[in-house]
Formats: sequence, structure tokens, C-alpha cells
Amino acid sequence: MPNRSQIQARAAMMRVRFEAAGAQVVDPPLLQPAETLLDLYGEDIRARAYVTSDALRGEQMLRPDFTMPVVQMHMSEGAEPARYTYSGEVFRRQEHDPDRSNEYVQVGYEVFDRNDPAGADAEVFSLFALQLRGLPLRAATGDIGILTAAVQGLRTTDRRKAALMRHLWRPRRFRILLERYAGRKPGPEGRDTLLDAENPLDGDVPMIGKRRASEIEARIEALREDRETPPISDNELAGLETLLNVRETMPFALEQLRDVAVDLPQITPALNRLEARIASLQARGVDVETLDFEAAYGRTSMEYYDGFVFGFYAEGRPDLPPIATGGRYDALTRQLGNGAEIPAVGGVIRPDLMLEIEEDAQ
Amino acid sequence: MSLKLGVPSKGRLMEKTFSWFEKRGITLSRSGSDREYAGKVEGIDGVSLILLSAGEIPRELAAGRIHLGVTGTDLVQEKLPRWEQQVEQVSKLGFGKADLIIATPACWVDVDTLDDLDAAAAAFRKAHGHRLRIATKYHRLVREFLTEAGVADYTLVDSQGATEGTVVNETAEAIADITSTGETLRANHLKILTDGLILQSQATLWRSRVASYNDDSKAVLSEVMDRLS
Repeated sequence: MPNRSQIQARAAMMRVRFEAAGAQVVDPPLLQPAETLLDLYGEDIRARAYVTSDALRGEQMLRPDFTMPVVQMHMSEGAEPARYTYSGEVFRRQEHDPDRSNEYVQVGYEVFDRNDPAGADAEVFSLFALQLRGLPLRAATGDIGILTAAVQGLRTTDRRKAALMRHLWRPRRFRILLERYAGRKPGPEGRDTLLDAENPLDGDVPMIGKRRASEIEARIEALREDRETPPISDNELAGLETLLNVRETMPFALEQLRDVAVDLPQITPALNRLEARIASLQARGVDVETLDFEAAYGRTSMEYYDGFVFGFYAEGRPDLPPIATGGRYDALTRQLGNGAEIPAVGGVIRPDLMLEIEEDAQ
Repeated sequence: MSLKLGVPSKGRLMEKTFSWFEKRGITLSRSGSDREYAGKVEGIDGVSLILLSAGEIPRELAAGRIHLGVTGTDLVQEKLPRWEQQVEQVSKLGFGKADLIIATPACWVDVDTLDDLDAAAAAFRKAHGHRLRIATKYHRLVREFLTEAGVADYTLVDSQGATEGTVVNETAEAIADITSTGETLRANHLKILTDGLILQSQATLWRSRVASYNDDSKAVLSEVMDRLS
């Protein structure tokens, strides 16, 4: 196993390479306000991050990653365009697997640039591929933006689309919603009686709690409206199904997705972006003919990514987490930017895992 | 070295545990006055009784400071990550039955399922500017259950007692707590979600997998096991 100084030395070396590529070094604090992270990730983050507190600042978290503080820093004081690099520890609470580290070093590279997003995607991916050159790794790529476009273009109500978008990163709940909206799953027992009632709130139970009667009425109204909404068509449903199952090398994936676009024409602009990305990757010398693309990649683990996503995995070591991951997170800059936004893409590498794989190879 | 048996130190749980062992020829009792937390064991040699709060028994088992212990499934699963590797279930005792459930105000006529709770949480957050609060002391079990179900836009708030009252007091919108008859829930105008059952718990005898056993304590353990079967 690599020791700490070996890991630090490797991290420093990689950061220097990112600097040489034009990045400015940043060093965000270890403690981050818990509230921002909770707003972003929801309660699940408590299972993954260490929480501490003091009377003055309230709840703080040991940084579970660098992305949030780097985005916040850029949005409040950064010049445009900007490229940043950093290296340091992140902390992840482990409750189930004692073999997973709860503290490890990440080296990252982030690009905030309004021009040529396809070029920025390719820049980040090819820099990462260069840092990892020679290791027995398999690269996986995907694009959350295609699924997003498919959902946003469905011929159904805005309310349904918003509900699906909210659960894009929770495949199980996404499927339940989709089945209900396609008319394949009935509502709970007694739902029709409730919706048919003239005054559904006229029960003998007292109104308690902070959720007011008007909010309950509003939801009943929404449920009534939804009952009258025609189901999502079989065509669209089949299109989504096919889309989510696309798993091919990049050029073939694009070809299959162009077929899906016959039923779901709304994904065409996203596919054009994918095509431009393939060209940019090729221009930077990436062998796209052998590069894997999975339309569903990144849906379960990479919550804030909303476009291009990628990961590098150790061949023959399925027990290891990915050696590097990254992607595009335009929406995150909007969420943390107080009204401002900027297209952004980046990723992180774990030097400890790189060294471990190198040791394996010797 | 004797075999250490941990039993809840108070109330009905203690009394029922005592009588469960009594039926199997092992007489447990408190030595001295009622205020003293020392115990006596008759009917079997080599067992010592340790009286503890039920909430501490999982931790003592996991630390190997007691070999056997009686406590609820809920407490073991909440307090011990990867509990199967630390303790082994010896016997369910058939009392102390309670369900860990999610309950909402009964006046939420539009909420029957987790699906509804999730939709209500999204709208609630928009209307009130904070996430829907669920009061509980079972943080890990509840969070894992809701994550698995894909419920979002909620936050857990800690409540170590009188959890049913948090809704009326508007310190939480819903609760996750244990209930046996549902009486307290009804009295507080709460109802259980139809798919809101997180765990069915009852008093259970556990064996520590990490405690050290020598030849003597192994022999005593196997005699205890014979009596219990």
C-alpha cells in the first residue's frame, strides 16, 4: 500500500501538470457550512459526510468534495474564463464497507468557460487521460443532458416533467413516476373517492402542523388535474427505454441515439452537442472509436452533473472505486451563483488508487 | 471467567425478561434494593447478570463487554452498523413488540404513501423555504429507508422523546417512531403511511460475535443454549 508521503508527492506532481495546462491553484477550507451541502444533496449527505458544530457557526461538514467550495469561490470572486486546480484530503463517512477509505486525497481540475463547451469537455477528458496514461484503466462516458432533454420534451404537463426531473438521479423513483404517468400503475386505494369528494377536507380530524389546509387543497387540485391528463404515449415511453439502454462505443452510440430521436426529436440538440464533443475529443487525439458511452452512466452517483460525464475504472480491480471521475455541472453554478451562471466542467483523480494499481502491476 | 448476560435494568422489559428466563429454569433477580443495578443468577452456574439501559446493550455487545444481551431489534439495527457481523440473534422473546413507522398528520388526506410524502415534501419546501422535517431518534434506519424509497426534500430532526407532540408544536411536519398499538399516534391526530413500515421490532436475545470466549464460558454458553432451546 502507498504511504502518505508517496500519495502527497504524486498529488503535487499532478497538480503541477494541471498548472502547466493553465490552471490557477486554489485551496478551499476543510470545513464547509453544512446547510449549503444539505440544500444541495439533501439528507443523504449526512450518511456520507462527517458533521461537526460549534455555537457560533452552527453545523459544519468536513469537505466531502472540492466542487462546491470551488464553484462558490469562482461565482463570488472569479474572473472569466478560469481554470483551477487543487489537491487535498476529502472526507467520507463509511458505515457499510470498512475497506473504503474515510479520508483520501483528490487532485482536481475545473474549467469555467463560456466559449466552446465541447472543447472544454474534451480538454478536461484528454488532460485526465494524459495524467492516467499507462495504467490499465477503462474509461466510461455518458451524457446526462440527453436524458434531461428527453424528459423536458415529453408531451405532457409541466408538473409531470418537473417531478421526473426532480428524480432523474433516483432511477427507482423515476421509474415509478414514469409508470404512473403512463397509466400503468394505479394510485393508492381510496384515491378516487378522495378526488371525487366535494369537500375532501371536511373530516372530523383537526388541522394540525405547519402544512396548511390551503397546501393540502392545492395538492388535491393537482392530483385531480393529473387524473385528467392523458398518459405519456407508448412511443415516448419506448423511446426513453431505448435511450436508457444505449451502451456502445461513442460513434455507434450516437448512431443509435439518432434513431431514438425519431420518436424523441427533443434530444436532437443534445445529440448535436455529443457529436461536437466527439469531434473535439478526436481533435485532441482521443481514440473515440474504442471509447465507451452509456446513456444511463452517472445517473446514480453523480448528482450535480448535468451534461458530459466520465469515469476511469481499474481493469481487473472491480473492488476499487473509480480512479477518476468528472463531468459538466452548469446547473450547479446557477444554484450557487445567486442569479449568475457559467458553463463549467471538471473532475478529480485519486493518487492513492493510482499508486495502488501501479504496485499491482509490478 | 463467567458468561456475562446484559438485561434491561428497568420496568416491564426487565420483568418480562426475568420471567422468560424463569420459564427456562434460569432465575434472574436484582440483588439488594430496587435501586441497585447488581443482579443475581440462580439455576445455572457461571453466568453473571449485568443490568443496563436497553439502549446501551447493543454497544456493550458490539464491544464484547457482554456475551449475551436482551434488547430490541430496532436498537440493534439503529446503533450497530453491519450489525449481522457483530451480533447473532439467539432467540426472539415474543414481547416488547413494536413497529418503527412513518406517520403524518391525519388531516393530510392527500398523503397515504411514501410517494405522496415525497410529492408533499417537494411542494412544502417550495412554500415554506425549508425541507419537510421528520422528527425521530432512529436517524440511520429512517434515512436508509427513505433513501432506498427515493424520497427527497426532507430533513431529519432529532427527537429523543414525546416525538408525537412535535407536529402539534410545529417543530416537525411528520414523525418516525415506534408504536405498538397506535394509540398514542391516534391521540395526537397522526396516521401511519400505508407503506411506511420501516422495521418490526421485538425484545430479542443476542449473542456477541466479538466477545472473547474461553473453554469455561464456551461450556456455559452451550448449557444456556440447551436450556433455551
